Amino acid sequence: MSVIYLLLTLSILVAIVFFIAFIFSVKKGQYDDVYTPSVRMLFDDELVKENKKSTNIKN
Amino acid sequence: MSNVWCYHCGNVCDDKSIVAQENFFCCNGCKTVFELFSENDLTCYYDLDQNPEAIPEEIQGKYDFLDTQKIVLKLLEFDDNNTQVVSLYIPHIHCSSCIWVLENLQKLQKNIITSQVDFPKKTIRITYNSAATSLKEVVLLLSAIGYEPYISLEDYQVRKKPVDRTLIYQLGVAGFAFGNVMFLSFPEYFEVNEFWLNQYKPVFRWLMLFFSLPVVLYSARAYYVSAYKGLKSKFLNIDVPIALGVSVLFIRSVVEVVFNLGSGFFDSLTGLVFFLLIGKFFQQKTYRFLSFERDFKSYFPIAVTRLTSEKKEESTQIYDIKKGDRLLIRNQELIPVDGILIAGKAYIDYSFVTGESLAVEKKSGDKIFAGGKQLHGIIEMEVLKSVSQSYLTQLWSNDVFTKEVASKFKTLTDKISKRFTIFVLTIASVTALFWLFYDASKTLNVFTAVLIIACPCAIALAAPFTLGNLLRILGKKKMYLKNAAVLEKMAAIDTVIFDKTGTLTATKEHKIRYEGEVLDSYEKQVLQNVVRVSNHPLSRMLYQTFSNLQKTPIDSYEEVLGKGIKAIVNGVAIKLGALSFVDAGKESNSLETAIHVSINGKYKGKYLFKNTYRPYMKTLFETLNPVYQLVVLSGDNEGEKSFLQKQLPNKTQLLFNQKPEDKLEYIKTLQNQGKKVMMIGDGLNDAGALAQSDVGIALSENINVFSPACDAILDATKFREIARYLTLSKQSIQVIKYSFVLSLMYNVIGLYFAITGQLEPVIAAILMPLSSITIVVFTTIVTNSIGKKIK
Repeated sequence: MSVIYLLLTLSILVAIVFFIAFIFSVKKGQYDDVYTPSVRMLFDDELVKENKKSTNIKN
Repeated sequence: MSNVWCYHCGNVCDDKSIVAQENFFCCNGCKTVFELFSENDLTCYYDLDQNPEAIPEEIQGKYDFLDTQKIVLKLLEFDDNNTQVVSLYIPHIHCSSCIWVLENLQKLQKNIITSQVDFPKKTIRITYNSAATSLKEVVLLLSAIGYEPYISLEDYQVRKKPVDRTLIYQLGVAGFAFGNVMFLSFPEYFEVNEFWLNQYKPVFRWLMLFFSLPVVLYSARAYYVSAYKGLKSKFLNIDVPIALGVSVLFIRSVVEVVFNLGSGFFDSLTGLVFFLLIGKFFQQKTYRFLSFERDFKSYFPIAVTRLTSEKKEESTQIYDIKKGDRLLIRNQELIPVDGILIAGKAYIDYSFVTGESLAVEKKSGDKIFAGGKQLHGIIEMEVLKSVSQSYLTQLWSNDVFTKEVASKFKTLTDKISKRFTIFVLTIASVTALFWLFYDASKTLNVFTAVLIIACPCAIALAAPFTLGNLLRILGKKKMYLKNAAVLEKMAAIDTVIFDKTGTLTATKEHKIRYEGEVLDSYEKQVLQNVVRVSNHPLSRMLYQTFSNLQKTPIDSYEEVLGKGIKAIVNGVAIKLGALSFVDAGKESNSLETAIHVSINGKYKGKYLFKNTYRPYMKTLFETLNPVYQLVVLSGDNEGEKSFLQKQLPNKTQLLFNQKPEDKLEYIKTLQNQGKKVMMIGDGLNDAGALAQSDVGIALSENINVFSPACDAILDATKFREIARYLTLSKQSIQVIKYSFVLSLMYNVIGLYFAITGQLEPVIAAILMPLSSITIVVFTTIVTNSIGKKIK
């Protein structure tokens, strides 16, 4: 039954990894601006389209 | 004739001559931006959002100060040999198109490496190659596409404060521990008597102890500090019973685990701290694009143009200006110091200082004061006082601004916590005494149980959630409060003071009325043509009121500075301007703003410029009158006194000719009489009064531009709602009181278990979150229904 020690250690280790990830992301300022990235994410498509258009013209 | 809308900014085009790629534009500025975008494949800007309307403005020479290395270095965030990083505040950022075009700046200017927009803050962070370009060029590019950055004296002085994220870390630690402890205590809840679980019980318990350590030592630290400070100043704040509860919970749990007596209350302990911190976090609603701490520095420019003795122009940092210097103030620039006008026509707009938007005309030799904006052409001035000693800026040397005023304000929660703490301690001692005689072995157990269960988690949550939620609701309705305490302070207000100009009157609107002998249509036509030529702000306003202009050639035209216009049109001699100029020998009534008219030497009459009062001013005063003492404090002359007396309720006090310091002193006097004062003002001259008052509300026509330091910023369109906000603040106090009753009921139930000595960890673990959740749900529902009533 001492497998429980292993399981506990593993689960706590996983939890701590996520916890460190959280602290790290806060420290990096990832939660400082929660709005702009949501808009920026949607721009990518348009940029690609634009690039294609401009390359077409050049060709 | 159908209207044509500008493809770039969406305004109606006056003429249809400005065309590019089959699109119409209202002005060449908009056309230039469009062409710039289309050349660089950025027209997608127009597809994202309808009418992003960033209109470029004239900025010639405005950013010459960015040639000075010393100033540039202060503005930069990072500076390496070839790379510089700068963060700029751009008030115009308002839609997704803005983000898109600003983050594609590198397409317009190759030496910009990256640019990143922070939308809620309205800032952009630009990294550029400083070997190939300069900050000035970057700023000019931004201005050219209509996104002019706002660079003020404040940027020059204040180093960026590191963001305080302690609360988020504390919350994270508490949440992490709470979750894990909950899992680990599950076997205990169900009292599983399986062999292997019983065998490993100590392992689970020690792990819980280990997890709760950072919560007690780190997350809950603020509560011990606050409780200690409270006790030190002999004041039982709400943090005293909380800190007591947390410590007792921890000590008792540790004892139980170490001596293998039971499972302890680690789940309740971590949950309690977690919920408390959530409440704290929720209460912190910050508007990142607003600042409540501004002073004149965020309005003044960093540098102005100084004329050297050889008549050369040079950019000089504002603080380096000395008495006797000659300064050059361009169109739309701000006068940073008090001085004497030497040359040029000065039309100075003091609306940021006084709220009055009518420009004041000055002639050479006149004294001009800091804070005004030159509206037309270039002027030269001689400095009389340095920046910090000018009439306006002196105000900030007052104690109100320099002293950190210790808040004497007691929140409702603090008031109740005193009685609550004494009550809990009494019950704990009495029951402990009872058990001492009845069953001494249980004494300590019961005593700690009472302290644990009575820990006022729900009470501590009532105010943060009520006020925090209302803060958010008000924010959506364009009333921005600095923090939750402002709402509580508003509920206690008994005196409301209004500034007149810019607060009671609308800044942008003026009524123009004609008084005197009626002008015939030909005379009107002559007048129109003359006014059209003049650049004087009053003439411009008068011109805008006329329609259907018939152009007539003007034979002769002369503008006499500070007096008026003399002109001959088709043989008709016309004089416009001051009364002494138009009708020799008579002195103008200094209390009114007017253009007098005489035609062929005969006095005809005058055009009177009157402030328009905000609609609903009368209704607002009538609603407030029964409950509050109302005062109007004005820096202006008494010209409008009789009008206001007629309009406003009789009891309203009207005080005129109040200097900024007078306003501050007046409020101080009222406060010494025990009054709770709310001040509603707008200009820099109200800054002292706003800081001194219990609640200072800055009314603002455009919340992005400027407002003096205050407790709340109110959008001017919501002026009529002030009465309703005050009612709302009182209702919020009611909600908090009901929540107290609700949470006390939970406490009574819990106390029953504690006193009778049957408090099991599982009961505490259920009761505590349940009471907290009840409070959160109750306050959220009630505040939302209150919020629905505001428009």
